Amino acid sequence: MKKAVSVILCAVLLGSMLAGCTGSKGGENGVVYVYNWGEYIDHETIKMFEEETGIQVAYEEFETNEIMFPKVSAGAVSYDVICPSDYMIQKMIDNDLLMELDFSKLPNTVNIGTQYFEQSEQFDPGNKYSVPYCWGTVGILYNKTMVDEPITKWADLWDPKYENNILMQNSVRDALMVALKLKGYSMNTINQAELDEAGAALIEQKPLVQAYVVDQVRDKMIGNEAAIGVIYSGEAIYTQRENPDLIYVVPEEGTNVWIDSWVITKNAQNADNAHKFIDFMCRPDIALMNFDFITYSTPNDAARELIEDEDIRNSEIAFPDLSKYNNLETYSYLGEEGDEMYNEVWKQVKSE
Amino acid sequence: MKSNRIRLLAGPYLAWAIAFIIIPLVMVFYYGLTDKNGMFTFDNVLAIARPEHIKSLWIALLLALISTIICILLAYPLAMILVNMKGNSDKFIVLIFILPMWMNFLLRTMAWQTLLENDGVINSILKFMHLPTLTLINTPYAIIFGMIYNFLPFMVLPLYNVLKKIDPNVINAARDLGANSVQTFLHITLPLSVPGIISGITMVFVPSLTTFVVSDLLGGSKILLIGNVIEQEFTSNSNWHLGSGLSIVLMIFIVISMIVTAIFDKDGEGNAL
Repeated sequence: MKKAVSVILCAVLLGSMLAGCTGSKGGENGVVYVYNWGEYIDHETIKMFEEETGIQVAYEEFETNEIMFPKVSAGAVSYDVICPSDYMIQKMIDNDLLMELDFSKLPNTVNIGTQYFEQSEQFDPGNKYSVPYCWGTVGILYNKTMVDEPITKWADLWDPKYENNILMQNSVRDALMVALKLKGYSMNTINQAELDEAGAALIEQKPLVQAYVVDQVRDKMIGNEAAIGVIYSGEAIYTQRENPDLIYVVPEEGTNVWIDSWVITKNAQNADNAHKFIDFMCRPDIALMNFDFITYSTPNDAARELIEDEDIRNSEIAFPDLSKYNNLETYSYLGEEGDEMYNEVWKQVKSE
Repeated sequence: MKSNRIRLLAGPYLAWAIAFIIIPLVMVFYYGLTDKNGMFTFDNVLAIARPEHIKSLWIALLLALISTIICILLAYPLAMILVNMKGNSDKFIVLIFILPMWMNFLLRTMAWQTLLENDGVINSILKFMHLPTLTLINTPYAIIFGMIYNFLPFMVLPLYNVLKKIDPNVINAARDLGANSVQTFLHITLPLSVPGIISGITMVFVPSLTTFVVSDLLGGSKILLIGNVIEQEFTSNSNWHLGSGLSIVLMIFIVISMIVTAIFDKDGEGNAL
């Protein structure tokens, strides 16, 4: 008898361990697994989606494209909807990780401006795999009370005056982009000599850098922790709202223009729900809620029309006229060897 | 019959050990000793000799060593004070030491970020008192500080346990026979507490050596420890082979410290947790 009890106990224990892996079946109309950037959505919109559709959203966040990719490619977790950036979408298409979208299930995508789909052709030829969600530039945010003259260019990040007052991005492409643009090279170069030069510049800059961070640039700049930070344009409005001394500039040497887009994974278990989720996100009122909350530029023209505050609707920060700037580039996927070259240079910078 | 039943009770633990210790270990060795095409190679392990890797290993060893030494110097007197306390108050103080460990490790480290920042709590107080401010965050000192703060309880508890078990009669006998307090300490207390010291060293040194969170949060990612290198290989560089190869090297250090513990702490006296 006692033996039977212990056998049952074991079975129950093992069973409960395995049950944890399969997860719940979600709402009445199933579930959709969403993997998005950190602080990149108004959670109220997720609740509204759940209420309107009866689909439960399992929501997870990542900090950089590079962290997201191995989790998805290893297939350990089967996400349905992901929101990667341009070059990473290209890499995922190359690795056969994405599903062709069925645009008949995405009627709300008409709200997205055509120019953004045209721009997406660079990494998603034919617009088969992705729907733009946010876009912007990478630039410099500075605190006007902590600098002597306006910051206008990447070279200012190498000015010894600002020692221990500079925040750099802690992700390989963004960090190297700054140095490559400083030296006048393409941010997609796979020329070893150019990369080494950019790496040497970053090593030279390292003593001036206070910290290499990603999402924390925002909070540190708001809290007057540093004078200058490299940041995505979408954070500019939010940070200015919190700390009026902050100013965002697109550097003279040129910078990165990026698009983050919704994609569906090749082996998505809930492809139908995934389409519904993306379509919901393209609805003008929902896109507006997300814009108000995360303040990243929306490619949703209908949502932009709904913005009540004229200053923001025509804001040069939120909706810049890109034709005014020189040397703007979008990241492209560099191939496995190119990725390794970048990682190696970045590791040398970090270990210095 | 009876032994069979007892063995069955161990079943869940066995399943646990296989699923979360044996299989991951086998996978680390598999990835560490193969290349991208699945061919056997030692390259990933030997990659530790590359300048950027060996440098991060040295820094990690140095910082772990410093924080371990400081932990001993802080924890030993404290453990002695605790043991000599009257009544049950020592148990209360030990509880106070364990209490923060109920909170998440990450949160506690992030709290130190706010304290040490340039415009943080400590510097605000200094400013208020018209004293010059200090650069605390994003320095190697902040990393050592974070290690000591997080791992000090792991040094205090084994020392406390082992000191508590020393028979007071032994110490009284030494004093009766004419030894002064310094001699008593050097010849009686210290040798008897070696198992606790060794166990404390392992429990502070190993997590300090392998940490990557502390250096990321308090070091501003400016100092690359071997733990950061491995974490990067697994996450952003998605090179699991190199990450596993470097993990094997790190495992050698962990195994060495486990052997040392086993030699000095045969009865498991120092095991507090």
